[in-house]
Amino acid sequence: MNTVVLIKQVPQAAELPWDSRTGRLKREASEGMMNPACKHALEAGLRIKERHGGTVMAVSMGPPEAEEVLREALALGADQAVLLCDPRLAGADTLATSYTLARAVERVCPDFDLVLLGCHTTDSETGQVGPQMAEELDLPAVCDAEDIQIQGKRLTARRVSDGFLETLELTLPALLTVTTQEFTPRDTPLGGVERAFAQAQVRVLDAEALGADSSRMGAAGSAGSMLRVYSPTAQKKGVLLKGAVKKNVQDLLDRYGDRLGGLIRKDLGLEG
Amino acid sequence: MEEAQKQVWVFGDYRNYFQNRVTLQLIARARELAAAMDGQVCVLLFGHELQDWIDEYVAHGADTVLVIDHPSLKVYQSETYTGLLVDLARQHRPEIILVGATSFGRELAARSAKRLNTGLTADCVDLRIDEQGLLVQTAPGFGGNLLAEIVIPRHRPQMATVRPGTFQELPHDYLRAARVERLDLPPNLPPERVRLVKSERLPPREQALENAEVVVCGGRGMGSKKKFRNLHELARLLDGQVGATRPVVYAHWAEDGALVGQAGRQIKPQVLFSFGISGAIQHTAGISGNPFLVAVNKNPNAVMMQMADVGLVADANQVCLALIRELKNRLRT
Ligand SMILES: Cc1cc2nc3c(=O)[nH]c(=O)nc-3n(C[C@H](O)[C@H](O)[C@H](O)COP(=O)(O)OP(=O)(O)OC[C@H]3O[C@@H](n4cnc5c(N)ncnc54)[C@H](O)[C@@H]3O)c2cc1C
Ligand SMILES: Nc1ncnc2c1ncn2[C@@H]1O[C@H](COP(=O)(O)O)[C@@H](O)[C@H]1O
Repeated sequence: MNTVVLIKQVPQAAELPWDSRTGRLKREASEGMMNPACKHALEAGLRIKERHGGTVMAVSMGPPEAEEVLREALALGADQAVLLCDPRLAGADTLATSYTLARAVERVCPDFDLVLLGCHTTDSETGQVGPQMAEELDLPAVCDAEDIQIQGKRLTARRVSDGFLETLELTLPALLTVTTQEFTPRDTPLGGVERAFAQAQVRVLDAEALGADSSRMGAAGSAGSMLRVYSPTAQKKGVLLKGAVKKNVQDLLDRYGDRLGGLIRKDLGLEG
Repeated sequence: MEEAQKQVWVFGDYRNYFQNRVTLQLIARARELAAAMDGQVCVLLFGHELQDWIDEYVAHGADTVLVIDHPSLKVYQSETYTGLLVDLARQHRPEIILVGATSFGRELAARSAKRLNTGLTADCVDLRIDEQGLLVQTAPGFGGNLLAEIVIPRHRPQMATVRPGTFQELPHDYLRAARVERLDLPPNLPPERVRLVKSERLPPREQALENAEVVVCGGRGMGSKKKFRNLHELARLLDGQVGATRPVVYAHWAEDGALVGQAGRQIKPQVLFSFGISGAIQHTAGISGNPFLVAVNKNPNAVMMQMADVGLVADANQVCLALIRELKNRLRT
């Protein structure tokens, strides 16, 4: 079983600082981490390797710092790691990202049996890259897998989809996206970090090395374009109460108790 | 179908209650978009024995329903449905395709956008047509309190997914008439490679939070798991339900099911208490119906405070405790 796991580095902070002058996110101000769903996908890959043998290759597209999450993948047990890193790949939407990642998988691991992704990322949360890569690689695919069983070339996956618990079956090679429900990631094994830094290499590829159509990658290959990014301003202008908590709470119920009480059909009005 | 007229398509997603509602909600917004470009609304419907759904979509605003009704489409299948949608889109060239952001819808939309080589914006909170006739898609921006306006200038169709609860459906009008076009299953459709072996309907998800008239929401500003529990007592006194923000759920102060927002539940209470919540768009996107909002925050400039009818500048937990005490007095419980 040769498995490729696609791993994205995402900012650790849920809320990124924002430069109101340029309208851009200050991404550099935040620490990166492995996207949680990708970590579960990696865990799924490692467990499949433990059961069925073979290799696990981690692939990421991102800035040079994304090498960190690939080192982490190596420390956890991935056999090889590849980073696609090129300014020309920046600004990609999911159309361009799925194209680029598909070409990369074909290039670095042409004899793969299984491609694993996270179900979504915490920074963009589109969940589109998985199904779009399945299209691009023309593979049978299951999104949001929570259980994976493999027998020979047959793979069975279970998932929850819109109120149904589904069991699906397909023939390898295939692509799966993995949720954060199952496949709880392992702790980094002793010696893992050392191995990841001392022995294993992160192979870095640029756009040229992919031998792919550059007009379909990066911002050039993207369909969507951003008109503006803004901070939504609040519409309502209400009352602001400051000072002693007890008094304010009493004030609140004195002033609005009838209204609140009316809505919940209880008498919250004036005391006594 | 009259090809000259611009078309706004909606994928008819009917498998369970939420999908059914989100389709109706999308039809309502599609009508506004179509009106702005002199176009019409067309709903796509794939499956078996679909008459009830045809009637439902017509009554809720479809101008045309394109139907493929066949026993082999009885269960949802991503590859097959994608093939059908993409074929039809190539023939009829709609300007816009809207899909509900259900599990199935998300995958279908992503695959279709890929095959049609076009852009797809996920989880739009607003959709409108600009002066040039382009679809402006507003979606929460990556991380933080940001909204992004996205257009798809050169590719067609312009595609978007929208979460259930974002738009309001139109009233059911059983007198409406529309054109219903029944199409045959294309003969050359490749077989589905992913076989559904078993499908069990899960017990319906609890809707208590979605349907609650009073919601008490807590965020990171509550301070700790222990303090967060006080919100449950307050909610009990108010006959309400407890909601939470993502950091709170991640920290296990509250269950996953309490998450309110883009990635969680969509609430529409009459009264909302918000404790120690900054008001990130991903959270506020889950609140609709313009509730009477009481916000508590140390920072008077937090977005949630600006949105509030009453804002208390104070420690969240202290206000929670004071409210519990005061309510107990007044309710004499
Ligand atoms: C793709 C994506 C999807 C997301 N989906 C969701 C979602 O569905 N739901 C969701 O909630 N979030 C979601 N988020 C996260 C969201 O962006 C915010 O990070 C989150 O809502 C912030 O939660 P918070 O307000 O509790 O925390 P913070 O933003 O940290 O705010 C805490 C607030 O508490 C105040 N405070 C601090 N101490 C006190 C005190 N002692 N007393 C009173 N006030 C105090 C602070 O002034 C601050 O305003 C999503 C993010 C992304 C990127
Ligand atoms: N730049 C990237 N590098 C590697 N994998 C990615 C990248 N972007 C997305 N993915 C994969 O696609 C999944 C879904 O991402 P998204 O569609 O952006 O929510 C992630 O969990 C990753 O497995």
